[in-house]
Amino acid sequence: MRSRITHEPIDTAAVLEMVWAQENGAVLLFLGVVRDHNAGRAVTGIHYDAYSDMAERVLTEIVAEAAARMGTERIAAVHRIGELDIGETSVAIAVASPHRAEAFDGARYIIEEIKQRLPIWKEEHYLDGDKGWLDGRVPMAASGSDRMVDDDAR
Amino acid sequence: MQLSLLFFALYRDLAGTDRKVIMAPQGVTVAELVRFVRALPGLDWLPAEPVVAVNQEYAAPDLVLKYADEVAFLPPVAGG
Repeated sequence: MRSRITHEPIDTAAVLEMVWAQENGAVLLFLGVVRDHNAGRAVTGIHYDAYSDMAERVLTEIVAEAAARMGTERIAAVHRIGELDIGETSVAIAVASPHRAEAFDGARYIIEEIKQRLPIWKEEHYLDGDKGWLDGRVPMAASGSDRMVDDDAR
Repeated sequence: MQLSLLFFALYRDLAGTDRKVIMAPQGVTVAELVRFVRALPGLDWLPAEPVVAVNQEYAAPDLVLKYADEVAFLPPVAGG
């Protein structure tokens, strides 16, 4: 299992490389990419802010949870922060498993949990020179991350 | 007791700083600290029930804080 928060551009081929193994027939790579529009406005780039130390911890937890669900350790997740241009990769998730169902399930779990509880924020820059923080999701903080996992598994 | 407050993203913009060290009453809970912080100059914009992380873990309102805890106020998250 590998997880990382980074300021550097994500080498997606290297992320895939982390999970390859001979016993696995399904290998999946999900990329989150900065797009050129949002909510009807032209976007020129995104600034990703993070509570970096906590984000490292939470991403490690999420990957460990996915590993437990999938029954494989062949998982890698990398989230980039800082200033990103259109088309650049903000998040890369690679999973490998003997069969496709677990791979799709594991990758989906990781991206949904990232969006739900990773302490990272997006500030969009618009073509007209304006900028703004995007609305986000409220993590269920009441009982910490264990509670969130239980809710997701119901 | 001394506590470090951290602000991120929109909250950092609103606070005008990413970090503030304050003296809070001994043994306050997270919920009590939020009320205390909202009464400080320039911090009245903080929501009444913000998402809070203590020492890098999401914290419940009834968590009792200790000396030198790192208390982060987190806007709704938007990673991915």
